[in-house]
Amino acid sequence: MSSLRFRKSKSLKPRQQARAPAEEDLMKTLTHLERLEAESIHIIREVVAEAEKPVMLYSVGKDSAVMLHLARKAFYPSPPPFPLLHVDTTWKFKAMYALRDKMARESGMELLVYQNPEAIEKGINPFDHGALHTDMWKTEGLKQALDKYGFDAAFGGARRDEEKSRAKERIFSFRTSSHGWDPKNQRPELWNLYNARKARGESIRVFPISNWTELDIWQYIHLNDIPIVPLYFAEKRPTVERDGMLLMVDDERFPLQPGEVPVERSIRFRTLGCYPLTGAVESEAKTLPEVIQETLLTTTSERQGRAIDKDAGGAGMEVKKQQGYF
Amino acid sequence: MADVETKEAVYVTDQLIADDIDAYLVQHEHKTMLRFITCGSVDDGKSTLIGRLLYDSKMIFEDQLDALQSDSKKVGTQGQEIDFALLVDGLAAEREQGITIDVAYRFFNTEKRKFIVADCPGHEQYTRNMVTGASTADLAVILIDARKGVLVQTRRHSYLCHLIGIKNIVLAVNKMDLVGYSQEVFDKILADYTEFATSIGIESFTALPISGFKGDNITTLSDKTPWYKAPQYAGITLVEHLETVEVLSSVDADKPFRLPVQWVNRPNLDFRGFSGLIATGSVKAGDKIRVLPSGKTSEITRVVTYDGDLDEAVAGQSVTVCFADEIDCSRGSVISIADNPPQTADQFEATFVWMADEAMVPGRAYWLKIGTQMVSATVQEPKYEVNVNTMEKLAAKTLELNAIGVAELTTDKQIVFEAYADNRTLGGFILIDKMTNATVAAGMIHFSLRRSQNVHWQAVDIDRKQHAGLKNQRPAVLWFTGLSGSGKSTIANLVEKKLHRMNRHTFLLDGDNVRHGLNKDLGFTEADRIENIRRVGEVSKLMTDAGLIVITAFISPFQADREMVRTMLPEGEFFEVFIDTPLKVAEARDVKGLYKKARSGELKNFTGIDSPYEAPRNPEIRIDTTAISPEEAANLIVDTLLGDA
Repeated sequence: MSSLRFRKSKSLKPRQQARAPAEEDLMKTLTHLERLEAESIHIIREVVAEAEKPVMLYSVGKDSAVMLHLARKAFYPSPPPFPLLHVDTTWKFKAMYALRDKMARESGMELLVYQNPEAIEKGINPFDHGALHTDMWKTEGLKQALDKYGFDAAFGGARRDEEKSRAKERIFSFRTSSHGWDPKNQRPELWNLYNARKARGESIRVFPISNWTELDIWQYIHLNDIPIVPLYFAEKRPTVERDGMLLMVDDERFPLQPGEVPVERSIRFRTLGCYPLTGAVESEAKTLPEVIQETLLTTTSERQGRAIDKDAGGAGMEVKKQQGYF
Repeated sequence: MADVETKEAVYVTDQLIADDIDAYLVQHEHKTMLRFITCGSVDDGKSTLIGRLLYDSKMIFEDQLDALQSDSKKVGTQGQEIDFALLVDGLAAEREQGITIDVAYRFFNTEKRKFIVADCPGHEQYTRNMVTGASTADLAVILIDARKGVLVQTRRHSYLCHLIGIKNIVLAVNKMDLVGYSQEVFDKILADYTEFATSIGIESFTALPISGFKGDNITTLSDKTPWYKAPQYAGITLVEHLETVEVLSSVDADKPFRLPVQWVNRPNLDFRGFSGLIATGSVKAGDKIRVLPSGKTSEITRVVTYDGDLDEAVAGQSVTVCFADEIDCSRGSVISIADNPPQTADQFEATFVWMADEAMVPGRAYWLKIGTQMVSATVQEPKYEVNVNTMEKLAAKTLELNAIGVAELTTDKQIVFEAYADNRTLGGFILIDKMTNATVAAGMIHFSLRRSQNVHWQAVDIDRKQHAGLKNQRPAVLWFTGLSGSGKSTIANLVEKKLHRMNRHTFLLDGDNVRHGLNKDLGFTEADRIENIRRVGEVSKLMTDAGLIVITAFISPFQADREMVRTMLPEGEFFEVFIDTPLKVAEARDVKGLYKKARSGELKNFTGIDSPYEAPRNPEIRIDTTAISPEEAANLIVDTLLGDA
């Protein structure tokens, strides 16, 4: 993308107002996306230089898409020197599995898919097991996968603007050998110096896109033509309305309740998780600029579509993280 | 909501988004970014101000607003009004306490810039958090409660921001609504603060009269403060000021080129690139460069990125560069413009901010990370500590959590550096505890000490290899460690006798004997014990240079100190010999009657009783004295040493 390269004397489109950035020296003042990109690449390279066995958690969502793209930029012309790990719940949208396999092929990276064997055996699913579903497939599944392969550093695509407890998490977040997180015992992070040292058994979760906002993510995807799951764009899809959430009937495993008939609605998703837990919004936004437009003019926050934040009152995510959720 | 007029700016943006999303995206794409911190005490209205900035720039969504409204009624401190502070106070524990206890990062946009706000707590015990937040900031907003004026914490926050090198300081005199928007009150605070700022060396700052709660002078100039438009004042709103000040990375772009190497990119034999974030200056193909610390020169051939080669790259960008020549360059090297390189040294004066519960231990070896360089370093006893409330310099033996002081620092090898005032990346460092791996301190280099540039190694014609060759042996240090009474001296003696019989040239350094001469000036405090070990380590090293096999018998209870000696010696020459005798057994023997004295309190800091013994994790040799005799132990040690040699 030429717009993200260093600009020599490119003329810019007219701005809304004449003051401020136009007066800044464009030879040396980087745009916010250029600064964010450089910071993320720096973080990813530090981990590779200092960790023994890093891995990138890949959830196939838009944040993962950006994180993967940044990793490819960080090591170009080499492929990123670590595998992708998908902690699979078996309940992701079909379109997510398709994109996951395509991106792994394109990036030249190894793709590891892990499914918690205990959850498979017990047939844990979001319809019958509620919170247990997230706990077994995601929280437990992630711990098991990290232990199985012995990864000592895992990249995650969480952002500080998503949720209150994340606003305070470090970029390098330490976990005990049992994957616990202690919000009171975090290492201070000064300048861009990251301390990646740890004892055997301990691991770090690293969040290279901590400082990106939802809008930054969308704009970066737009400018870099990064492939994302088509579910982010509006299309007519079979849906049912349940507990105030608009759910998409993605496959035959979706148990319809008595009287429920799937209705075709033009919908899209703002976040993607397991399909029975992720609410859609009615939308006509079929292109990225339209999606961004809707996002900016909307009046509800992104994570509202996710059931996970609603557990345990306002501190839901914080409690989950202490238990080892990413 | 208290305020309607501030919505106008937001409305214009909304209109553009709705009418022409492409034009909006172009505008947003070209926004620059400013990172700033807000400092103030619990009651200065800091969280309220940030909440206000988020609210006015429409970063608060309806669902958050609903939650906020219900929270405000439950735990808010503003009666029925919306408590913006609840938006920004994060973790569960502190929400109950009603204070922020860590650094939280918040985001908002205006039409010109994206902002990242580090919300820093004001309490003294959180100095480390404030310094952390300030380290990445382009600007600091110091909040003052107009009713209270310049307080101790105002001075402390200003000092810390100045210490960390923030050039843009904003003095936000808040709660102007509670003093009737009085010009006299504002003038008085301005005069007080100017006097203080000048005294600590702050060259300039921008003062604004605001109300975070009511929204005055935040996004629009308030009609309640008409006097603020007079020429002696800044006369602009907080947001306008934030939108127009120069960011740090553009200042760095004008300095000489420095690129600390993070990673060598070598996908195949045809490509060898060096990746890193440009700390200062700019780089383009054809530039003559010098790689430090080796000092080798070459020329840049390409500036590589995924999106294509760049004509030029500047400070703040992550790039990969290629050289015309195959010169040595790896992680930790610094690529510099050829004719103006940074210096290298191994002794410095620096300011330290101590960040760990465990106080600084002068003489102990810590890891030091500066840029992409990681070395072992020791800190001397502080020259002084600074009282962060009064800026007085106080005598100090150590630095405790949240203390700031100046001390000398020695690294085990030369590092590439610049003064922190010139270059944050090559002048700012962290210290890491070698045992716990915790980040224990942040530091800022003032300058290198002259002696490190003047004391040169004298090149000798007969070197250690020749000394050892004549003795027909490989030099080594057998470092015995274990509790008092564990049998170190007994076994060490036997080992030396055996080696002597085998015509090996040895020397035994015994703890008690060394304290009668070389180290008779040292006591038994933690610092003195470390110095004791350091000297013994240096003497051992000289003896191995002379070709000897050195045997030492010291309790040496701390892992970090033993590791310090290990790093002094060439790889493979240090043998950690752990004489593993359980405390119960050693105490039962009590050959010198010391345990009895320690138990009765007559002897303080006795290892195993009231001072810890850190057992070696991976010693070269471990002797279980409950299982084998001293004679067998000595044989085992000799076999291991010679089998290895």
